[in-house]
Amino acid sequence: MTDASLPENSAAAPAHRSLNTVDARTRKRNRAEARFRAYGIAAVATGLVFLVILLGSILFNGVGAFQQTFIKVPVYLDPAKLDKSGERDIEAIKKVSTFGYTPLIQQGLFDVVQAAGIETPLAKPGDMKQMISPSAAAQVRDTVIENPDLIGQTVDFRILASSRVDGYLKDRVFREDVVRDKNIDVEHLDIVDGLVAAGIVVKEFNLTFITGADASESRPEQAGLGVSILGSFFMMLVVLALSLPIGVAASIYLEEFAPKNRFTDLIEVNISNLAAVPSIVFGILGLAVFIQFAHLPQSAPLVGGLTLTLMTLPTIVISTRASLKSVPPSIRDAALGVGASKMQAVFHHVLPMAMPGILTGTIIGLAQALGETAPLLLIGMVGYIATNYPDGLASGFMDPNSAMPAQIFEWAKRADPAYYERAWGGIIILLVFLMTMNIIAIILRRRFERRW
Amino acid sequence: MPATWLVLIVLALSAIGYVLGRQRALQNAGGDSRALHSLPSYYGWHVALMALVPATGLLAVWLIAQPLLVENTIAGQLPDSAIPESSTRSLVMSDVRRVADGLDLAVSQGAMTRDDAATLRSEFTQVRERLAEVGVALGSDVNAAVLSAAQDYRSMSRVGNLMMTIAVLAIAALGFVYALSRTDRDFRARNVVEQGIRALLVAAASVAVLTTLGIVLSLIFNTLEFFKLYSAWDFFFGTTWAPSFGGGSELGVLPLLWGTFYISLIALLVAVPIGLFSAVYLSEYAPGKVRSVAKPLLEVLAGIPTIVYGLFALLTVGPLLVQIFGDDGVGIMQASTAVMTAGLVMGIMLIPFVSSLSDDIINAVPQAMRDGSYGLGATKSETVRQVILPAALPGIVGAILLAASRAIGETMIVVLGAGAAARLSMNPFDAMTTVTAKIVSQLTGDADFASAEALVAFALGMTLFVLTLGLNVFALFIVRKYREQYE
Repeated sequence: MTDASLPENSAAAPAHRSLNTVDARTRKRNRAEARFRAYGIAAVATGLVFLVILLGSILFNGVGAFQQTFIKVPVYLDPAKLDKSGERDIEAIKKVSTFGYTPLIQQGLFDVVQAAGIETPLAKPGDMKQMISPSAAAQVRDTVIENPDLIGQTVDFRILASSRVDGYLKDRVFREDVVRDKNIDVEHLDIVDGLVAAGIVVKEFNLTFITGADASESRPEQAGLGVSILGSFFMMLVVLALSLPIGVAASIYLEEFAPKNRFTDLIEVNISNLAAVPSIVFGILGLAVFIQFAHLPQSAPLVGGLTLTLMTLPTIVISTRASLKSVPPSIRDAALGVGASKMQAVFHHVLPMAMPGILTGTIIGLAQALGETAPLLLIGMVGYIATNYPDGLASGFMDPNSAMPAQIFEWAKRADPAYYERAWGGIIILLVFLMTMNIIAIILRRRFERRW
Repeated sequence: MPATWLVLIVLALSAIGYVLGRQRALQNAGGDSRALHSLPSYYGWHVALMALVPATGLLAVWLIAQPLLVENTIAGQLPDSAIPESSTRSLVMSDVRRVADGLDLAVSQGAMTRDDAATLRSEFTQVRERLAEVGVALGSDVNAAVLSAAQDYRSMSRVGNLMMTIAVLAIAALGFVYALSRTDRDFRARNVVEQGIRALLVAAASVAVLTTLGIVLSLIFNTLEFFKLYSAWDFFFGTTWAPSFGGGSELGVLPLLWGTFYISLIALLVAVPIGLFSAVYLSEYAPGKVRSVAKPLLEVLAGIPTIVYGLFALLTVGPLLVQIFGDDGVGIMQASTAVMTAGLVMGIMLIPFVSSLSDDIINAVPQAMRDGSYGLGATKSETVRQVILPAALPGIVGAILLAASRAIGETMIVVLGAGAAARLSMNPFDAMTTVTAKIVSQLTGDADFASAEALVAFALGMTLFVLTLGLNVFALFIVRKYREQYE
C-alpha cells in the first residue's frame, strides 16, 4: 500500500494509466486477496466439516445401541427340573440356579428352529447356546420366582440374543469373520437368517439400554446406562446444591462488597487461575483431600460431586459476576435512595434482576461438569461396574456408582465392538442431556434477558 | 446417620428461633413494628442464624477433625509388633478401619450384640467368618492387636460422636438463647444480621483460595513424599519410564514430557491456522448471516465433552489413519493409537478455542485503523495482514498460549488416543504417552498410596500444574505488556 512512493514505480510510471485496464500488479494483489479469502472460507469449512464428521460418526456408530435383537421363545417350564418336590415351595424353587434354566431355554429355541423347518446340522438343543444371551436364564428364573404358578406351563419369553447374533443383524459381525470366532459358527447364522424370516428373531427398540444397569464384560447385549445416569444425577445434585449458593455468594461479595485490597486481589487471581487448571488436577485434589484425607467412600457420587463443584465454581463465579455487572448502577442508587441498606439493595433488587443470567451460567457450568470425565477416573468412578440401582437417597450419594462419561469410558476400554457400539450410544444420550441443558439456558437467556 | 439428624434438629431449632425472635421483638414493641429498630423479620433471622451457623460450623469442623484424631491416636497405640514385615502402619490401619466398619455393620444387622462387638476376642472367635456372614470380606485373618485396635476405634468414635452431638446441640441452644435474650425493641438486628451475612459471603469467596491451597498442599506433600522414595534428579532427567509395582521402577519424566509436547504441537499445528483463519474470515469477511450460523456451530465443538473426542480418536480417526499410514499404506504406523491420532483430534477440539478468543481480539481493534488502511488503498487482506494482525498480535499469542495450556492438560483424548507406551521417538505415528495419561494410569486401580509408583502421579500432577500455570501467567503477562491501548 506504500508502493506508490517507491522510486522505480514513479520513474517507470507510464503516462497513460487507466483505471479500466487492470495492470499486472493489481491483478496480483487481487489474486492475493481472493486467495486469502479462500483460505478463510476453507478454514471455516474445515472446522464445520470436522463437526459434521464428528456428529456423523457418533450417530452412525451409536444408533445401533438403541436397537437390540430379541428372540421370541416359548419355554416349557419343566416341573421335573424346576420344582422337584412339586410343592411349589418358593425356597425350593429359589434353590434352582440359572444353570437349571439354561437347558430349558435351549430346548425351547431348538423346538422353534425345528418347527420353523430350518435345515441345520446342529442337532442338539445345547448347540443353541451360542445364540442366546447368558442373561436369558436369569430373566426366566426371575419370572418364575415372581410367579411360581407358571411352572408346568409353556410361557412365551422375549429373551436377548447373544451379542454376536445382535452384531450379525447390525452388520457388525460378518460371515467371513465368524470362521475364526469361537463364540459362534456359520451354522448359527444360517439359523438366525431363517428365524428372522420367520419373525422369531426381531430387532426392537432397546429400552434397557437407557434404563438398565451395566453388565459384565462378556454380556454387552445386556448393558445399559441407567444406573450411571442416576450416578450422574446425584452428582449434579451435589454440584448444584453447593456451587450455586457458594458461587453466587462469592460473586456478590466480589462484585458488590469487596474493598480494593490484597485479599480481594488474591481471591480474584485465584478464581481466574482455577478456571484454567486442567481438570485432572482437580481429580488429584479430590483424591488427596476427600478420599485420602477425609476418608469419604471411593467411587461415591458425593465425592464426584464435591470434586466437580470445585471445578465448576470458577465458571459460575465468572458468569454470575458478569450478570451482576450488567445490572445498571441506577437500580442500586434508587434502592439506596429510598432507604434500603446496601445488603437490601443487593438482595432485593440487584440479585433478582441478575437471576436469569446467573441461572444460565449455572446450567452451562452444570453441563460442563456433566461431561467431565478425567477427575472421575481418579476418584474411582471407573472400573466400578455399576450393576445395582441405589436404594434410597443416602445410598444414592454414598454408595459406589458410576457416572455417564465414566461409564462410556469404561465401555470404550473393554475392547469389544459390541461395547464400542454401547459407548457411542451412551455418547448420544450424554449429548442429548447436554443439548437439553444448553437449549434451556438459551431459552432462559432469550426469554428473560434484559437489555438496559 | 447421626450427623444428618443433628443437622435436621439444628435446622428445626433455627426455624423455631425465627418465629420466636420475631414474636419477641414485636411483643417488646407492643405489637407496633414502627417502634422497632429493624424490620421484625431481621429479629427472626438474627435468632435463626445464631442458632444455625455456629452449630453447623462446629459440626463441620468436628466431622473432619474427629476421624483424624481417632486415627492418629489408634495408629500411635498400635504396637510395632502388630505390623508385619511386608506391611506398613497405614495398611494395618486400613485393616483396623475395615474391621471396625464390619463390627458396626454386624451390630446394625443384629448379627452381634453391642457388647459382643466390644468384647470380642480373636482367641475365641473366628472374627473373619463372623464378619463374612454380614457381608464384610477381610483379606486376612484378624489378629488380636488389630481387633483390639478396632474395638478401641469403635469406642473412641462412639464417645466422639456422643460428645459431638452434645457440643453441637449445646452451641445451637446457646446461640438460640443468647440471641433471644438480646432481642428487644432497640436491638440493632439488621446491622448484626447484615454483618453475619457479609461474613458468610466472605467465607464463600474464600473457597476459591482454599481450593488452590488444597491443590497446592496435596500436590506438594505427596510430591515430597515421592522424592523421599525416589530421587528428584532421576525423576526430572531420567529418560526411561518403566514403572513396575514389584519395585525397581524407573520413573523418568522426560519421555512423558516429550509425548505431551509432541501431541500439543500437532494439536496447535491443526488448531492455530484453522482457528485463526476462521476468526479472520468470520470477523472481517463473512456476511452477517454466515457469521451468525457458522460461529455458534464452530463453538459447538468446544461444548462437546472430551470423552467424546477420546472415543472419536480411538475408534474413528485412529483406524482411518492406520488405513492410510499403516502396513497396507505407507507403512509407518503400527497401531491406531498414536501421537498423530491424539494430536489431530485435540486440534479439532481446540479450533473454537483459538477462533473465539482471536475473534474477540480482532473485533477489539478499532474500526478507525481499518478505515485508515482502506483509505490508503490497501485491500482487505493487506489490511488484515499488515494492520489488524499486528495490532491484535499480543492477544492472539495469549490465546495460542492458553490453547497450548489446554492441550497440555487434556486427559481423555490422550488416554484413549495416544497409547500407553512411554518412548522418546520422532515418528508422529508412534504411540507415545503423556503426563496426564500416566497420572490416570498410576492412580487408578488399587495401588497402595505409599508406593513410589502411585506417588509419582502427584509429582507428575505438580509438573503439570506448574507448566499450565506458568503458561497461563505468561499469556496474561504478554497480553498486559504488549497490548495496544485504544480508547
